[in-house]
Amino acid sequence: MDLKLSKEQEMIRQMAREFADKEIEPLAEDIDKSHKYPIDLAMKMGKLGFMGMMVEPAFGGAGTDTVSYTIAIEEISRASAAVAIIMSVCNSLVCYPLQKNANEAQKKKYLPDIATGKKIGAFALTEPSAGTDAGAQQTIAVKKDNEYILNGSKIFITNATNAETFILFALTDKTKGAKGISAFIIEKGFPGFSIGTVEELMGIRGSGQAEVVMDNCHVPAENLLGAEGAGFGIAMGTLDSGRIGVAAQSVGIAQAALDEACKYAMEREQFGKPIGKFQAIQWMVADMATEIEAARLLVRRAAQAKDTQKKFSSEAAMAKLYASEMVMRATTKAVQIHGGYGYTKDYKVERLIRDAKITEIYEGTSEVQRMVISGGLLK
Amino acid sequence: MDIICFIKQVPDTTDVKIDPKTGTLIREGVPSIINPEDKNAIEAAVQLKEKHGGKITVVSMGPPQAEDAMREAYAMGVDECILLCDRAFAGADTLATSYTLAMAVKFIGKYDLVISGRQAIDGDTAQIGPQVAEFLKLPQVTYARDIKVDGKKIIVERVLEDGYEVIEAQMPCLVTCIKEMNKPRYPTVSRILKACKELKIPYMTAAQINCEKSRIGLEGSATGVKRTFAPEPKGLGVQLKGKTEDVVKQLVKHLETDNIINR
Repeated sequence: MDLKLSKEQEMIRQMAREFADKEIEPLAEDIDKSHKYPIDLAMKMGKLGFMGMMVEPAFGGAGTDTVSYTIAIEEISRASAAVAIIMSVCNSLVCYPLQKNANEAQKKKYLPDIATGKKIGAFALTEPSAGTDAGAQQTIAVKKDNEYILNGSKIFITNATNAETFILFALTDKTKGAKGISAFIIEKGFPGFSIGTVEELMGIRGSGQAEVVMDNCHVPAENLLGAEGAGFGIAMGTLDSGRIGVAAQSVGIAQAALDEACKYAMEREQFGKPIGKFQAIQWMVADMATEIEAARLLVRRAAQAKDTQKKFSSEAAMAKLYASEMVMRATTKAVQIHGGYGYTKDYKVERLIRDAKITEIYEGTSEVQRMVISGGLLK
Repeated sequence: MDIICFIKQVPDTTDVKIDPKTGTLIREGVPSIINPEDKNAIEAAVQLKEKHGGKITVVSMGPPQAEDAMREAYAMGVDECILLCDRAFAGADTLATSYTLAMAVKFIGKYDLVISGRQAIDGDTAQIGPQVAEFLKLPQVTYARDIKVDGKKIIVERVLEDGYEVIEAQMPCLVTCIKEMNKPRYPTVSRILKACKELKIPYMTAAQINCEKSRIGLEGSATGVKRTFAPEPKGLGVQLKGKTEDVVKQLVKHLETDNIINR
């Protein structure tokens, strides 16, 4: 197994790092404080090809492999986890299911705008009563003539405040449970579609999480994504892919925590020398670095599996489980190394620890990842 | 409008450390980058192309490793890259380098504008542009911060220490850019992929571009590097304390000891 990055992967890493350092980092604190969606930044990233990295060039994408995508997500996450999830959702949760499940006409109509940064996309699965139990959908879609009428609401939808294209799930057959779920491509302007309450979040602030409401929302029948009843499978397949992005995001946040911790440990003096000269700090830093590297390799492995084999659920779940729990340990240590200062908003680690927590929750909690992994073993 | 753009791959001097024992640069592990002002030249060329059409050819003299810089330039939007790569070019000073680049320009033949950065961060000579212009007998405008094209002429804002001049020149001509010229764009992801998967970079030898052997490389150089060294670090300063009278006495004593004054 070759762990060396290819030329293009290395160039993408460099470009993403430079962009993150120069264009995102200076805004990251403000995005967090103001909780304002960085739409200009997102559009700029779209023009560079960050929003549809793996989309085929014929549909406006760059056509990279998944490894390149995880490298870019990691670099962007070092500067801002909020910006990284905006990007991850467009790539993993919108472009990916469109590319995989949409028909040619749908691909032509919806993919290029997202892949080239003209429009933002969102993925609407979670409902107030359907979180981990995603099969318990209550949004209903009733077919009437040549359209579906949707009623219900979705919550915690990343990008919702600024998205124009939504991949949204609803029950087309209540009697069939999860097998009665269908996927739809919804445009923001469809009659009866609106954005509800915008969430006030602990972390990844500014990534546009909001409620989505369908009140007799009229959706053309041609906007059904895949077959009727195929929605749950589409959602689960999409989340497998999304988890690789979240795992990469976790690695990026952890790397930022390590960078900050090292810098601070060499500056801050106690007992007459930099605290980095004390073994207590050295051990924390060593553990952080080792765990980050382990997580990074799991992410690469999952990305490679997605690029080369049919099934990658387990690899993606392992990468996400380990990386998201790792970033909690890493950011906790980074705050600890900063001491009291790390508990103030004057230091980046305070944001990092808040941003880190969501990685254990969204796109499948750690508990769900364990279910996926053990499900593959205990047959 | 056809543009030839010179670039140089240089060590990222923001990362460079100097070996205190030998006084030479520690190059190991130091990333190589496109010389920053050459990046401004690439950006200027791409903007001119977007406005007026044409083709941009990037030329660099260097080892095979310089391909990385060319791929980056391609990802930013240039059309073709030529690498002047020959052992015979090694050890060239600015004169031999300028001659070689001028011969490459003659070899390419068709061009309206030759553009490059003002100077490279590893040498800071700012001699290449002007010397190439002399070899090619082209009008030259250095220290440019803005270029506009008007038919067969260019109008350039040229920065001076206390202001700027507006200079008009007939094309073909040569321009060197400073960083105030523009903000170089980020390469797009898809151009990066093309640069790595599709771009073919031809290597040209001294013979292929018709260089006279005696005018290139070490042999063709009019200057030589005798020694490279880092300035010795200053020792710690001494703070004199006490009453003014005593401090003055101490100071005079120091100055005498160091032979700065004699009584």
